[in-house]
This record gives sequence, structure tokens and C-alpha cells, in this order.
Amino acid sequence: MAVGKEIRIKIASVRNTQKITRAMEMVAASKMRRTQDRLQATRPYARKIARIIKHLAQANPEYKNPFMVERPVKRVGVVLVSSDRGLCGGLNSNLFRLLLRRMKAWGEAGVEVRLGVIGQKGASFFGGVGADVAAQVVRLGDTPHLEGIIGVLKVMLDAYGEGEIDELYVAHNEFVNTMTQKPKLECLAPIKAEELSDELKGHWDYLYEPDAKTVLDALITRYIESLVFQGLVENNACEQAARMVAMKSASDNAGKLIKELQLIYNKARQAAITQEIAEIVGGAAAV
Amino acid sequence: MAMTMHVDIVSAEGEIFSGQAELVVAPGQEGEVGIAARHAPFLSPLKPGEVRVKSEGQEPLSFYVSGGMLEVQPYLVTILSETAVRAKDIDEAAAQEAKRAAEEALADRSGRMEYAKAQAQLAEAVAQLRTLENYRKGRA
Repeated sequence: MAVGKEIRIKIASVRNTQKITRAMEMVAASKMRRTQDRLQATRPYARKIARIIKHLAQANPEYKNPFMVERPVKRVGVVLVSSDRGLCGGLNSNLFRLLLRRMKAWGEAGVEVRLGVIGQKGASFFGGVGADVAAQVVRLGDTPHLEGIIGVLKVMLDAYGEGEIDELYVAHNEFVNTMTQKPKLECLAPIKAEELSDELKGHWDYLYEPDAKTVLDALITRYIESLVFQGLVENNACEQAARMVAMKSASDNAGKLIKELQLIYNKARQAAITQEIAEIVGGAAAV
Repeated sequence: MAMTMHVDIVSAEGEIFSGQAELVVAPGQEGEVGIAARHAPFLSPLKPGEVRVKSEGQEPLSFYVSGGMLEVQPYLVTILSETAVRAKDIDEAAAQEAKRAAEEALADRSGRMEYAKAQAQLAEAVAQLRTLENYRKGRA
């Protein structure tokens, strides 16, 4: 009986898709745990270095690193952290939309934008819209290391040091929880002093060994590297969480689709049988 | 009781130590520095070497850092390191192996860049071994 062959084929194909999405969901779930552990592990370092920088911004250093001096803004640099692979819901597009909106605002104010891109998705998207991409690095894998992003950062930091860009930002997704990731644009440089805390008020400065310039240059470079690295690790955790959620809903949708198709198929089969019986009965009566 | 300060030691991979101490000894760029509570604000890069943390009534703790940054506030000491490990966790075999490899690389000076790199690696491996030795001596 060749009833509903097309439907049967369709059901089989949806079922195969569901197998894939379910497998991806489980892979993402296990990776998510690992990336979250990593996020937890790298946080203390970022916090401590941020605390030192905060102290430093309140001191009155004898030497002012260019990263601590505000300049009139003619050009800005943005380090964009994106994922290498897709199928993770709206994660990348939300981030790109945020950045494009800011780029438009900057464009209207006559400020040029230069990008340093981390991740395949960002590289192909912003390469495609014709943005000024000064440096890019792709395929850093699921456990990125600091060495991987130093190249891109050096290009942007050098541009800042030489006065080619006057402000530096980092764009990445912020991990709120498994269901929520928030795109975020953070200012890296110049480093702005926050409101003074009581204990640190007054004129004071560090003792430096060997000298202020060497120490501050090294420290501030490390600080910016750590911020971007933290962004990368966070974006990674976001990617796995977003993929898990996207693949879960894809699997659920596939399940629903299969159910509907099965119902249509059963109805068609039942109709065919009924018709056949009617025909046989009709034929017998005629004889 | 002597005055204490809060000490934080972190590496890029995680928090290593956080607690009160009376004295911290760290390998500063210009030589070893000892920090007690109410020290003046101080900033210095660190060389690869041993960090010792002493607190009253407890055995001194020993850590290995591969270089990094030391910040001192009157009641707060922060040590940022690329890699930091507790002295007893140093893998002696790995350190010996790293030392041997670095010495080999030094012996064959093919490129200037590699020479500098090998030298840095050797300094790290030697510092690790020294930390471990000090730690053992302290226990014996």
C-alpha cells in the first residue's frame, strides 16, 4: 500500500534533524559547564587587577600613561568578541546590532571607527559590511588562551599609543544566566577615575620599582588584556548557553512537527483503508 | 599581636591564596622585598620566584610565581601572577625537564629571539626548583 509515501519520508527527515539538534544540545550543555567553570576561575584575577587600577586612578602618579589621559575623540577603536560558529540563536546578531547602532551614532558625530575582531562570525559579518577591520583572529577554540588575542590587542593598543585612535572599547556578550545573555560595549581606554573612596583621598602616590613608566605601562597593558580576555571567556560561556537553548527549542519544534505529520499520515492511511473496503463491498454488491 | 594585612594571590587561572598575614616576601624586579602591614603604597613587577607569606602561629606558606605584579596598600597586598602555584604542588619532574630543555636550547644558539626565550624559560624553571627546595628545607 503506497499511502502517504511523501509524508513518511518527511517524518524520517525531520526525525534525523531532531537527532542532530538533540546531540548538539547535549554537547553544548556539557561544554557550557566547563566554560562557566573557567569563567569563575578567571574572575578573581580580573577583579584584583581592576581594583589596582582603581587605586591607581585615585593616586597622583608622577607619570601619566597615555591610557590615563582623555583626548578629544576623532577616531575610536572597538575590539569585537564574537563566536566562531553559528547555530547559537540571536547571540551574535544582537551584539552586532548593538555595535552597528553605536557605529551609526559615531558616524553621525563624524567619528571614525576602527575594528579589531575576534571570532569567525564577526570577521565575516563586518568584513562583509565594509567596516574598517584593522586586525582579526579566528578559531581560538573552546578554551581560548591569552596568547591567542595578544596580536589583535597589540594592533589596537599601538594605534592608541600612536594617537590614531582616541578611545578604545570592547564589545562582547555578558553572561547573566543560562537563559539570558546581554550584549555589552565597555570602555577600555582612557581609564576614567571613579568617585573617590574615603580611605584613599588626599595626595599620595605609589613607590615604583624600577620606575613609574615601566611599571605603569606594563600594568595598564596587562589590565586591558585581562579585560578583553575576560570578555572572550564570558562570550564563550554565552555561546554555549545560547546554543544549548537554541538547540533545545529546535528539538522541541521538531518533535511537534513529527507529531503533526504522524497525525496527517494516520488519517490518510485510515481514509485509504476505508475507501478500499467501500470499494470491495460495492463491487461484491454489484455481482 | 603584631599587625596584620590582607593578602591576595591570584593567577590568570584562579585564586591561589586569600587571607591575613604579617609578612609577605616577594621577588621584586630590583630584588627581594619584604612587606609588613602599614607599608607605603608600592608597585613593582615580579621576577619568577618564591613568594612567602608568614602569619602568627602558623607555618609560613610558600608559593611559586612566574612573574607578575605586586601592589601594596597599607593594609592590602595583591599579587597578580600569570601562573602561581603552592610550593608543594610544583611538579619537580616537570620543572627538571623544563630546565633541561631550556639549557639545551641555550646551548644551540640558532636565533637571537629563541635565545632570549630560552633564557626566560630557564630562569622560570630554576626559580621553581629553588622554591621547592626552600619549601622542603622549611619542613625538614
